[in-house]
Amino acid sequence: MGTLWLSARLACCVAAVLLLLGLPLAYWIARTKWRGKFLVESVVALPLVLPPTVLGFYLLMAMGSRGPLGRLWASLFGHTLAFTFTGLVVASVVYSLPFAVQPMLNAFESVDERLLDAAAVLGASRWRCFREILLPLSVRGIVTAAVLSFAHTLGEFGVVLMVGGNIPGVTRTVSIDIYDRVQSLEYGDANQLAVALLLISFTVLATIYAVNRRIWSPWSAR
Amino acid sequence: MNGNSGPGLEVRLRFHRRSNLAGSFDLDVDLQADRGITILFGSSGAGKSTLLDCIAGLLQPQSAHIAVNSLVVHDSATRVFLPPQKRGLAYLFQSPALFPHLTVEENAGFGLQGQSPEERSHSVHDLLEAFRVAHLTGRKPGEISGGEAQRVALARALATSPRALLLDEPLKGLDAELKWAIVDDLRAWNRVRQLPILYVTHQRDEVDALGERVIAMDCGRIIAQGAPHAVLDAPRKKRLAYAAGFENHLTAVVQDLREPDGVMRVRLAGSQVELEVPLGYAAAGNRIHVAIRAGDILLAAQKPQGLSARNTLEGLVDSLEVRGSTVACRVNAGAMFLVHVTPGAARALDLSPGQRVWLVIKTHSCHLVEE
Repeated sequence: MGTLWLSARLACCVAAVLLLLGLPLAYWIARTKWRGKFLVESVVALPLVLPPTVLGFYLLMAMGSRGPLGRLWASLFGHTLAFTFTGLVVASVVYSLPFAVQPMLNAFESVDERLLDAAAVLGASRWRCFREILLPLSVRGIVTAAVLSFAHTLGEFGVVLMVGGNIPGVTRTVSIDIYDRVQSLEYGDANQLAVALLLISFTVLATIYAVNRRIWSPWSAR
Repeated sequence: MNGNSGPGLEVRLRFHRRSNLAGSFDLDVDLQADRGITILFGSSGAGKSTLLDCIAGLLQPQSAHIAVNSLVVHDSATRVFLPPQKRGLAYLFQSPALFPHLTVEENAGFGLQGQSPEERSHSVHDLLEAFRVAHLTGRKPGEISGGEAQRVALARALATSPRALLLDEPLKGLDAELKWAIVDDLRAWNRVRQLPILYVTHQRDEVDALGERVIAMDCGRIIAQGAPHAVLDAPRKKRLAYAAGFENHLTAVVQDLREPDGVMRVRLAGSQVELEVPLGYAAAGNRIHVAIRAGDILLAAQKPQGLSARNTLEGLVDSLEVRGSTVACRVNAGAMFLVHVTPGAARALDLSPGQRVWLVIKTHSCHLVEE
């Protein structure tokens, strides 16, 4: 069960990082009038279509001892990023980015622009408009983004295998654990873990969707 | 009043929107709105809302000089551009745009930054009272009616002690009684403050009720301004005439001028029908346009005699259509005329299609308009 705990920890870290990273990114995409923003949107959506092996390969190159990210990290902390828990978080953040940005973007874009105009004319700074109008009206999208990032990271396999390797207690996540056990014909153990992962994923999704619906529907649904 | 120092809105701007699917759009406006209500009148697409967005700072026109009570908020020559937050304006959109997650009281107090919740509550209470929505303080916008929402939006905008008001068809979609009640409250509120108010509408009845001064816009330009009756009752432009409710538009050729009487005779194009109309700047043989309100034409079932009205035309009822409390009657009198009568009058005359009738039109009900 240690691998399950590691996966959960990873998923929590990734969801947290993606919230911090995704909010400004989604806000920028939603509000910018720059004509080239479709390029940024395409880059954000890339992980949806690329095979995890391709993404994992380039991330590994970047994070290795000769990659730019790896060298920068090594000069700061004395070791490379690949095959560490932190490296796994970085890779998973990239891999799950569209799952965080897309729901937030949809939520931001569905907020009536006139509400933000009204707030601005009433003297509210951009930050106050964001914090007191846009954010609360986008709560469902943001919660969905966090849950999807969490669940998506919990179940990822390819990128973890490429970037993290298979170090017990450090980078061996539950999906890799299950794969290992199937390879060594331990079907019973594999089944236990698989069922646990299935139940956790379903419970998290179901809980959030249910809560989301009941609490915020009165004024989010127009 | 000196345009540079007195209270009021001073707006000169040129705005060009790059062409999109709807085509490009140009706004070129120079206007002054003094204390009290100035009506911005024009059909939809005339650029009224775009103009308000530019004044509020939500859109940035290519070149502009905009001053609110002599504070310059945008001047392209000196590179001054204050963001909407710093302009001290109140701006009411067509929709109330209340924040759906905040209560009525929180909405009304939103613009009062730096005040404690108690202070805010105290400050907005009087305003909510003035606009008769004080009993709704704890409700969410989703739980109040459209008219109430618009009152709350008004209170929210005025709570910030603005230096001028921009109102963009704020009473659109409200029934007449509610509309006039809100208008009365707004006038009462402004009686002491005397703020400049720029009020956008394309509804004639609102102009009549509010108007002190009207600025008529079309296709991004100001086409007429002045007192309401001067602008709207004698429209110089054809499009303005449409908007101001002149249902009959006729093209005619001037026959002869009778300058001592201040009239001229014209013949409607493609017919032998002649009308006597007020003297205009035209010569015999010129083509002119005549606009007549459907409600200004009298209908008679028998040939009328001994009238002061100079135009009596014989014709046949073409069709009848009941529109609410008026009956729209089309009459073919050589040219097609639309005449509005009350349902009672229609019954008394026993109007029916094919019936012979006489149209009576006073000379001064015929308005000359420009193309």
